[in-house]
Amino acid sequence: MTDNRFFNRSEFIGILVLAVFLVVILPLTLDVFRLNLVAKYLTYAFVALGLVICWGYGGILSLGQGVFFGLGGYCMAMFLKLEASSVENTKIQSTPGIPDFMDWNQITALPLFWKPFNSLTFTIAAIILVPGIFALIIGTAMFKRRVGGTYFAIITQAVAAILTILIVGQQGYTGGINGMTDLRTLKGWDIRPDHAKVVLYFFEVGCLFACIMIAQFVRHSKLGRILVAMREKEDRVRFSGYSVANFKIFAFCIAAVFAAIGGAMFALNVGFMSPSFVGIVPSIEMVIYTAVGGRLSILGAIYGTLLVNFAKTSLSESFPELWLFGLGGLFIAVVLAFPNGLAGIWGDYVQPRIERLISSRKSKPAGWTDSSVADGAPAE
Amino acid sequence: MSDETNKGLLSPFRRKLLMGMAALPAITMLPKTSFAQAPATSAVNTTGLAVTDTEVTVGILHSATGTMAISETGSIEAEKLAIEQINAMGGVLGRKIKIIQEDGASDWPTFAEKAKKLLVNDKVAAIMGCWTSASRKAVLPVMEQYNGMLYYPTFYEGLEQSKNVIYTGQEATQQILAGLNWIAKEKGAKTFFFIGSDYIWPRTSNKIARKHVENVLKGKVVGEEYYALGSTQFNSVINKIKLTKPDVIFTDVVGGSNVAFYKQLKAAGIDLSKQALLTISVTEDEIDGIGGENIAGAYACMKYFQSLDNPNNKTFVPAFKKMWGEKTVIGDVTQAAYLGPWLWKLTVEKAGSFDVDKIAAASPGIEFKGAPEGYVRIHENHHLWSKTRVGRAKLDGQFELIYETADLVEPDPFPKGYQ
Repeated sequence: MTDNRFFNRSEFIGILVLAVFLVVILPLTLDVFRLNLVAKYLTYAFVALGLVICWGYGGILSLGQGVFFGLGGYCMAMFLKLEASSVENTKIQSTPGIPDFMDWNQITALPLFWKPFNSLTFTIAAIILVPGIFALIIGTAMFKRRVGGTYFAIITQAVAAILTILIVGQQGYTGGINGMTDLRTLKGWDIRPDHAKVVLYFFEVGCLFACIMIAQFVRHSKLGRILVAMREKEDRVRFSGYSVANFKIFAFCIAAVFAAIGGAMFALNVGFMSPSFVGIVPSIEMVIYTAVGGRLSILGAIYGTLLVNFAKTSLSESFPELWLFGLGGLFIAVVLAFPNGLAGIWGDYVQPRIERLISSRKSKPAGWTDSSVADGAPAE
Repeated sequence: MSDETNKGLLSPFRRKLLMGMAALPAITMLPKTSFAQAPATSAVNTTGLAVTDTEVTVGILHSATGTMAISETGSIEAEKLAIEQINAMGGVLGRKIKIIQEDGASDWPTFAEKAKKLLVNDKVAAIMGCWTSASRKAVLPVMEQYNGMLYYPTFYEGLEQSKNVIYTGQEATQQILAGLNWIAKEKGAKTFFFIGSDYIWPRTSNKIARKHVENVLKGKVVGEEYYALGSTQFNSVINKIKLTKPDVIFTDVVGGSNVAFYKQLKAAGIDLSKQALLTISVTEDEIDGIGGENIAGAYACMKYFQSLDNPNNKTFVPAFKKMWGEKTVIGDVTQAAYLGPWLWKLTVEKAGSFDVDKIAAASPGIEFKGAPEGYVRIHENHHLWSKTRVGRAKLDGQFELIYETADLVEPDPFPKGYQ
């Protein structure tokens, strides 16, 4: 039953449907405000995508993805903030030419570590490298010592808490709890008007598909199989001569870089960044998106993210005082009834029916109906 | 002149006698626009806001959930009360106010998202909202980009001024300087110890307070400590207070941390009837959580106390309790939130239009005589002229008014010499 093609047929159709949905249907049906909201939701889809690789396939539950989302977001925000803090824009301050929050905190010169963020090239490199290297350090420190499972999850939470405290405490350098607000232009191009939002949306969707392709590649390569094997029986993989730690570190780094790209997209699309995306609560929320969508399914995680965020927005708009209960109920229901999330529902109920429908019309093509079920098997 | 009487006439707090006697002769002098029954929608709304012939939509944007809900609920209640009272009097330019309420969920990006939704989708004519500085900073670019009008109720750190915001609370110099002057004179205080929560408002406030203590009062700051939001361990700083024996403890600790702070102060044997403590962050709302017995004797410096003895406040407090329950208390920010809808209504009537640009331009000089805190007026810089008051906390959780400035204090969001 080995399938050497990059996509099997149902995966290809799935990606095509998602592409049509994001590139054609949503932009045509939604106004710019709602489209910008979708862009915001999709930034979390990057994180969910990383979690599918890291958690769904590698079995490494990270409750600290907000850290990487935040690092990516702050790198982008620092660049945008510097551009927004030109001398003309900040004449009113006691030290013009530095970000406004530095001025409020009596800092009179741009700190050294801010200076490279004047360059866009450096910023883009930093968005990938800073979280990547940070994940490498944490991963090496943990996995080489064979720290895993619950302990790893707890440590990632601690890292999220530490980074939040650091950002809030060093408000002269980071903007503190207010975060970095009022981001305006990217290389002179105003990111705030409607047409810019549309362009940014399509750019983001493009990046998302690039990441989907990378994730799909990892999943389909030998590497992906080792990750699954590791998740199921770590010792057997180790005894077979593989370095388990290195594979885990790799999966964790990929998830971190995806999250960071999401964070950078967030800063661009939403126009600010704050420590409230870095802490424990948002990190757990990001895991929930993946769980609702189905942690074994790349596309499921993306639909899950969209669905949960859409529910969040519409519930909170309709019931400003009760919406959190509704959302909580939704999570409990999904996790109790459908442990494999939306993708599980799809794989178990919807897809077999569609296939039966097709195969009853045509003669059944041999061997592709059951290949898609293999990935959907529960993790036990 | 005609303006003043107009405001007096529309205020629900003026006594009938006053209305009849003082306002009647002036009615003939009223400008036409503010007296006309319901001017055509096309004339009062040229920018496509949600204004019909009978209704005008206004947004309320506070945290109804999350950690800030406990503080922001009072503001929501006050704004709803004000809007109900305005509607009972016939609304604004003959139109009833319809409310769209959104939840900021104590999350700053959510505030920005909801503000944008209110402006872009719902086309509200004004937003009453925000509480923390962080939420305001998140919302501000949205207000400026989509040209909205925000009425912001909290006392805050200053260093900000926007065409699209009216600040109905006090900025830092307004709130702090008069209180420091009073305590320096009254208690002969020379040494001060600052304790604050670690974010922009306490840090900026303490910066201003420090400059004032050192440069104007010629005193000394013997300690300055900050604690993370939500922190509950104050023992080390209390020990330092015992060692340095400052004349005044000056605090801007916010939220739930206050409960721990005052309980630990009391447990450490610091008696607030002997040790002077001046807070700029504890209102009646916070005392509800702290407990009157833990804070009795402390001084608070702000612009409003529920116990204020004036005719406006005597109508406001019962009206508030009637709508929201006998047990509710009204703090400084709640009162400031109540001013928002009224100031907006008065400005719309002066401008004769709901257009945001016209409202922004017409705001300076708007006077509201029915304010529970007493007469207020909007300054050129979109902040309010208001009095500063010092109250002493009592066992029952109320403040007893000890001192108030003789005149209104000018708002000065960019204070020279304090930056």
